[in-house]
Amino acid sequence: MKERTESIKREIEQRFAAGGCATSKELIDLKMEYLGKGGKISALSKGMRDVPAEERPEAGRLLGELRAWAEELFNAREKELKRAELAAKVAGERIDVTMPAKFHAGGSVHPVTLVRRELEEIFAGMGFCVFEGPEIERDYYNFQALNIPADHPARDMQDTFFVGGEYLLRSQTSSGQIRVMEQTPPPIKVLSPGRVYRSDSDATHSPMFHQMEGLVVDKHVTLCDLKGILDEFARRMFTAETKTRFRPSYFPFTEPSVEVDLSCKNCGGKGCRICKGTGWIEVLGAGMVNRKVLANCGIDPDVYTGFAFGIGLERIAMIKYGIGDIRLLFENDVRFLRQFKD
Amino acid sequence: MKVPLSWLKDYVDVDIPAEELAQKLFSCGLEVEELVYVGQEIERCVVGRIVRIEPHPDSDHLQVCLLDCGSFGEAIQIVTGAHNIREGDLVPVALDGSSLHGGVKIKKGKLRGVASCGMLCSGEELGINGDWYDGADVNGILLLHGDPAPGSDIRPVVGLDDYIFDIAVTANRPDCQSVYGIAREVSAILGKPLKPLALDYTPASFSTADAVTVSVEAPDLCPRYIAHYVAGLNNAPTPLWMRRRLALCGLRSIRNVVDITNFVLLETGQPMHAFDVSHLAGKQIVVRRARQGEKIVTLDEKEFTLTSENLAICDAEKPVALAGIMGGLNSEIEENTPAVLFECAKFERANIRRTSRALGQKSDSSARYEKGVDAYTTGIAVNRALHLVQELGCGTIARDRFDINAETVQPKAVETTVSAINALLGIAVPREEICRILTSLNFSVTCEGDALTVLVPAYREDVEDYPDLAEEVIRMYGYDRIEGTFLRNASGTTGGLNAAQKLEARAAAALRGQGFCEAVTYSFISPKDYALLRMEEEGKRAIRIVNPIGEDMSLMRTTLVPSLLEAAVRNLRRGNDAGRLFELANIYLAEKQPLAAPPEERKTLGIAVWGAAEDFYTAKGAFAALEKELGLRLTYAAAQAPYLHPGMCAEVLLGDKRVGVLGCLAPDLAEQLSLDMPVYLGELDYAALAERADAAVHYAPLPKFPEVKRDLALLADEAVTCAEAEAVIEQSCKYVSAVHLFDVYRSEQLGAGKKSMAFSVTFTPREKAISPEEADGYIRRIVKALNEKLGLSQR
Repeated sequence: MKERTESIKREIEQRFAAGGCATSKELIDLKMEYLGKGGKISALSKGMRDVPAEERPEAGRLLGELRAWAEELFNAREKELKRAELAAKVAGERIDVTMPAKFHAGGSVHPVTLVRRELEEIFAGMGFCVFEGPEIERDYYNFQALNIPADHPARDMQDTFFVGGEYLLRSQTSSGQIRVMEQTPPPIKVLSPGRVYRSDSDATHSPMFHQMEGLVVDKHVTLCDLKGILDEFARRMFTAETKTRFRPSYFPFTEPSVEVDLSCKNCGGKGCRICKGTGWIEVLGAGMVNRKVLANCGIDPDVYTGFAFGIGLERIAMIKYGIGDIRLLFENDVRFLRQFKD
Repeated sequence: MKVPLSWLKDYVDVDIPAEELAQKLFSCGLEVEELVYVGQEIERCVVGRIVRIEPHPDSDHLQVCLLDCGSFGEAIQIVTGAHNIREGDLVPVALDGSSLHGGVKIKKGKLRGVASCGMLCSGEELGINGDWYDGADVNGILLLHGDPAPGSDIRPVVGLDDYIFDIAVTANRPDCQSVYGIAREVSAILGKPLKPLALDYTPASFSTADAVTVSVEAPDLCPRYIAHYVAGLNNAPTPLWMRRRLALCGLRSIRNVVDITNFVLLETGQPMHAFDVSHLAGKQIVVRRARQGEKIVTLDEKEFTLTSENLAICDAEKPVALAGIMGGLNSEIEENTPAVLFECAKFERANIRRTSRALGQKSDSSARYEKGVDAYTTGIAVNRALHLVQELGCGTIARDRFDINAETVQPKAVETTVSAINALLGIAVPREEICRILTSLNFSVTCEGDALTVLVPAYREDVEDYPDLAEEVIRMYGYDRIEGTFLRNASGTTGGLNAAQKLEARAAAALRGQGFCEAVTYSFISPKDYALLRMEEEGKRAIRIVNPIGEDMSLMRTTLVPSLLEAAVRNLRRGNDAGRLFELANIYLAEKQPLAAPPEERKTLGIAVWGAAEDFYTAKGAFAALEKELGLRLTYAAAQAPYLHPGMCAEVLLGDKRVGVLGCLAPDLAEQLSLDMPVYLGELDYAALAERADAAVHYAPLPKFPEVKRDLALLADEAVTCAEAEAVIEQSCKYVSAVHLFDVYRSEQLGAGKKSMAFSVTFTPREKAISPEEADGYIRRIVKALNEKLGLSQR
């Protein structure tokens, strides 16, 4: 038995040495020839019957050794071949990595929405919630409750669209102030964003635009608090260096009233074409809520004070992104819109 | 509001440059919109003395002059065509390199071979007329009088060395709509005394009542009416100083008494009028509501038909003036008018505003009345006018007047405290500062400890309460002293978006995820938009704007479709050959008009899609993404819309409720709009979706057993829809968890009117795994049902 196993072993070694298994197929054929059913090693196993009983244990051991040796040899060779074949395959795979990407372009956010969202985020962090009032308003909410009685000269500050009866297209989001104060007892911190309408149309005026009203009513609220809140808004909406400036103005629903300017981000306050050489850009109106307005909403003006501010969203977008003409914001040219991302 | 610096200086000693004053006014709430140097156009133009005049050697109308221009040259040769000059005259000389009125530049040159180093100027070339400088109207060279030194700047000589402050006065400060009103502010700003207006005059012995009677029948519309008679008028020219001031403010000199009323208007802000007494029927003035249909022709020769809403100044028979707006042509002052009645009144602000708007008639006078005239100034202004009558020597003044409803103006008192003012401001302005500032603004302040009693000047009708005083204090103390604090004493509140607002943000994000750009379009559309889309009936229900900018923006939209179509068309015309737009905005729905109740504002989603790679199904993708985000299931059914392709139009259903429409723009409309590719349009009732939305996360454990997938190819009649087949597949086996149509094709072999539909069906096991044999059984069951219900067969 020993000679036979030795002989088969030598035979296999010779076949390997002769390169008889350079490819996977040759290897499989060779493996079948020895280890397959009816292969040479299997034939030896069958021959065990003829081995005398006393030699069988020894013969079985020799046969087992041969089988184990052969299997290991074939397996090792198989791995080696696969590795080589994969290497050859990979070596042939070359792509042009500079070819265009395949991707699905996302959409875009309208710049006015972008500004609105940023404002909501800034003020939400300060404890403001958001209230959206109706766009078609009663005269009472848009004017009278805001201390602008019929035929008051302040009505000339805004050319209002009327839709019949006591209804009009709100000319300011300040109307939202009244609705909030009527419904909510102080403390109040609310933003009221949305569309507003004025009969005005040119490069800097649109008959429809967006405002965001901010309102705070509480005990001990001061003009300094208004300044502090708006300073924070300016820094976060623009740059950490942006400053605010108050100057006197007039709105019937606030007293004192201020116009708020921001230091020009283009020139940093030195004066340039954008700020018309002044170093400041007018961005919003604000003031301490008029006592009559508080009283109109059932809030005791001897107990509570408040401030309100109104921001034009288009104006902020135009300053922030350097958009020269307000009409671009309403033309919806996709080349324009696609530039504004989340 | 135009205020000349020279006029201000009559009342306050302004000792700072004009630019600095403008800056200070701005900081205190009087925004100087423009500061104009009156002589800004004129440069390098000086006084010259004509030394010699000789005829031009080569022309019979030109003359050659030699001029002494002091330090600019004592023998400057200039050729001129004018002949009103003599040797020794002083004239304006535009030197080489000078600029004149209208931007004209003067350079030296030759006139018919003779060198000319400048130009002699007329008044017109300096931009002035006889109201600025006597003789400036003369056709020819302006001859200067007096003895200005040769070589000196011409601008001070002819009155051009002045500044005009163009000030935007806020609606709460009608008292600042005058030179004297601004002077009061300047006096407080500079801390300099305010000189009083000269109001004195010497009356004659006759009485106003000898000439006319005056009555006010509408005291509600006329809180004060003063009428003062002036006789013995002459035609003496208005002196230059007054004409020049009127000219600086853009007014023309007319006649001395008329000029006085205009001058007083500019100086005090109080409109005045002068009636020719000889034209007053019955020698009467009656202030009353006009009679219905009564007519008046105003000074500018426009005729108006009045109503009882309009206040009129009438004589015994007819209106002679439209109160506060304009005088009547029938009582106009003429050249030889011998006597006038000066009217100085306070009319009710709102009524003047309504009448002016209703009649479309405006004037400097109505502009002031609309903003408000105070009864105190009414009393001052009449005296100022009479003082000027005397100063100009143009008439004799009655010893008394009618002063009807003479308000015994009681100064308003505001009781407050230093701490109340400071509590509003948030800083501690010292008590002394508060008192000093208020006093400088003519408030009388009594101070006792913290308590303040403040008497408000009679002309400050805007000041009512302590916040008004706080504003007065801080605008003078300086807004730059307000320091930012961060709601130091306020209560904490929770902020952020509510659930509905967050849902809307997610819906928009889902659409952006599908490549849609957010659009913002106008809320108003045109009746033509409805007509184009064959939706005239719906258009008739849209809310109409009473005063639209134009017909094209006259309706509040009831659908977003026209706006998005317009945006798509604009894009295509600009060569943007692919795009996806969405807008999430309100539509406006009225039950009836005129509105009796607030209309419904309904949040709606509109989409527009165009491009070579787009079709109905890519557009449908927008709705699918939204459906998924909102946790809803929408279904679709073929439908018709007047503006969509009849074979490519779906209604969108949420349960049984119709919530939208989707389709391809009707080809005939596309052709009408000259579009060379299809545009897909859709609209969804977002509000209805939001109401039913389930945007919460619902976690389900992963399946225990593997899912089994089978493809199913079916032969179907054209008419069978995907949705019908899907429904049968789903109903036929409870383990079907997903059905997806992945291919449809038609061919000759299949036969006409037939199509092949290939579905992928997913079975999800529940209690135990599904074996391949079981799956085969399910498929047989499904095919049987499809065959029985829809006539489909497996291929």
